[in-house]
Amino acid sequence: MSELSSNLIRRDPRAEWIARNRLHPLHDSIMAASGAEVRGPSGLIRKNPHIVGFIGPNGIKRIDRANTTSGIGNKKRSSVIQEVVLPLHQVVNPEGYIFVVPDMVGGRLTTHDKDVLGLAHKLIKEQSDTQNMAVVAVCFGESKETQFELAGVDRLIHLSGSQFDGFTPEARLTALQQINNQYQPKHWLFPDSINGGTDLASRLAARLGERAAAQAWQVSAIQTVCRGASGSVDIVRETPKILMLLEECGDAIDETRHEVLPLSVDDMGLLEKIDTRLIDKGLMAVDPNEVPLAEAEFILSAGNGIHNWDQFHECAKELGATEGASRVAVDDGFMPRARQVGASGTWVTARVYLAVGISGAIQHMQGIGQCEKIVAINTDAGCDMIKRADLAIVEDSEEVLAELIRLVKQHNLFKEQEEKDDAA
Amino acid sequence: MLPNGEHSVKVVSLVSIGRHPQSGRSRRAEQDGRAVELGLKLAGDNLTVVHAGDSQEPVLRQYAGMGLNALTVLSQEADGDALPLMYDFLSQSDANVLLMGIRAESGESSGMLPYLLAEKLGWPLLSRVADIVHINQREAEVLLALPRGQRRSVTVSLPFVATIDNAAIEARQTAFGPGLRAKINLIENQKITDDTATAWQISPAKPRPKRMKVVKAKNAADRFKAATAKPAGGGGKIMKNETPAEKAQAIFDLLLEEKVIR
Repeated sequence: MSELSSNLIRRDPRAEWIARNRLHPLHDSIMAASGAEVRGPSGLIRKNPHIVGFIGPNGIKRIDRANTTSGIGNKKRSSVIQEVVLPLHQVVNPEGYIFVVPDMVGGRLTTHDKDVLGLAHKLIKEQSDTQNMAVVAVCFGESKETQFELAGVDRLIHLSGSQFDGFTPEARLTALQQINNQYQPKHWLFPDSINGGTDLASRLAARLGERAAAQAWQVSAIQTVCRGASGSVDIVRETPKILMLLEECGDAIDETRHEVLPLSVDDMGLLEKIDTRLIDKGLMAVDPNEVPLAEAEFILSAGNGIHNWDQFHECAKELGATEGASRVAVDDGFMPRARQVGASGTWVTARVYLAVGISGAIQHMQGIGQCEKIVAINTDAGCDMIKRADLAIVEDSEEVLAELIRLVKQHNLFKEQEEKDDAA
Repeated sequence: MLPNGEHSVKVVSLVSIGRHPQSGRSRRAEQDGRAVELGLKLAGDNLTVVHAGDSQEPVLRQYAGMGLNALTVLSQEADGDALPLMYDFLSQSDANVLLMGIRAESGESSGMLPYLLAEKLGWPLLSRVADIVHINQREAEVLLALPRGQRRSVTVSLPFVATIDNAAIEARQTAFGPGLRAKINLIENQKITDDTATAWQISPAKPRPKRMKVVKAKNAADRFKAATAKPAGGGGKIMKNETPAEKAQAIFDLLLEEKVIR
């Protein structure tokens, strides 16, 4: 049946009969040709327990359930591994929209953003019999997200331009107001987060004169439950137009693909009229070691593979990274206990984690479970940290760190020179 | 300590009744206390502290005990709407800077009051302020608290509204006696109720259900794998035979791309 290109299962009663009759002269050849799937007289799949597994080196039969050695002669298992293409969810000529403004921390959707997108789809599904609606994501600034389609974005408005870079609440608000006028969305959903979602939602609500629901955690098309009085009471109210949603308010999309069609916004001329009473002076230099380890954005972590500790500290200073350490480095007295990353130390949430000379004990790997990008430098190519890393360097740490310090110094010099030229 | 002229700025801090997270008793609200502290730093005696609510509330004495001579109370019922009262008060005063906490610890605590006031007054608004570094008659230099301990410097022209983050300097201890002696200026108002909010059902908070980890595996072997698998990064790049310089360059490029090096 596998010769046929269609997915229809065609029964061959004679072949099935021969397959059931082990004494039939053609039995062996039929079994060999038919592959793994055999159907009984009622059409149920029958498993032949005798052909599962293989004979191990000692002549004992072995069944490899974890599928560690992707089986020789185990055709069925290997075909399962193929990439699954999820069904495409299409919205043709939507009559209404639900707009989601994700935080896009570091240019990517956060889990909070994905929950909010999932909730938007839940709201649409509740009223799908009356209206055909699409979920639109509005992104500001640079976007590095490649998985919009898997997160449930039907339409995308990507506003990238210098006027939206940095701290620009007024420009973003004006853009949202313009979008609101053009599309008249059913709902505006924002993550209720310190990454800017709450701020933008509140500004939009004040501008549009809508009464927004903050800290909402249970939302249906009709009513919303939100926290109030510093989380001590639940307020049940009608679902308003603008919602600020807590984490885990909905389930992220994981069973469908979406189209991510671009949606245009006309007349961005309004943006010219933004008042300049707020002037962004840029980020301040903060001493990275003053930032609590649990919330540091960029951690340079040292383990047993570090021999030149002065160089490590210099590197952390040049990179502007918060210092972390594995348990061995702490036990040996090279780093204070407060710097330990892992199960008995701090569970970190860094966006970039640079592990130098750490092989990756499971307790350490638990501690860095929430990190986004991991870079490992290690001499052992087979260690767990290298396997987990997004960029793995197999090399002695000292040489690489020396080169890295040189590069950063060069970069800083270049930047200073540029600033001087700008000032002149 | 402060440059000349700084004290001539007129600062108003809005305060509310807080709620202790464990005992639930009313207390000085955390962020509002910081707003008063920052107001005292900027304006000294020129600071006006305003509360909309019951003038008999003992918690107001905790604010007064931070070294205030007087406190202004716009009287209103518990179900009243503070926004019109505050707006009337502010539009009649000559305040330049309006400070308050991000979210109240009682009531709806939507955090919308600063935004609505700023919108009505037509003032710019800064949320999550960690410090006001410098202020003069025309403009102020403000530090905003960003996630992950970062700070952003912003210049804003007066007048403006600012909400104070927990990263701002902590409120000083209150003194009981001076708090009792402080004068309370009561401004009577006509009753304005918040009609939308009266329709809401309010109940003690239910604990939120924890999200379950759902394993979608179809067979036992896959479930077993999901339960025991070691964390494995999918398709990481491994550099083995390049020179140290090339390897360092690859790390550096990644750090630049992630914008952790600026």
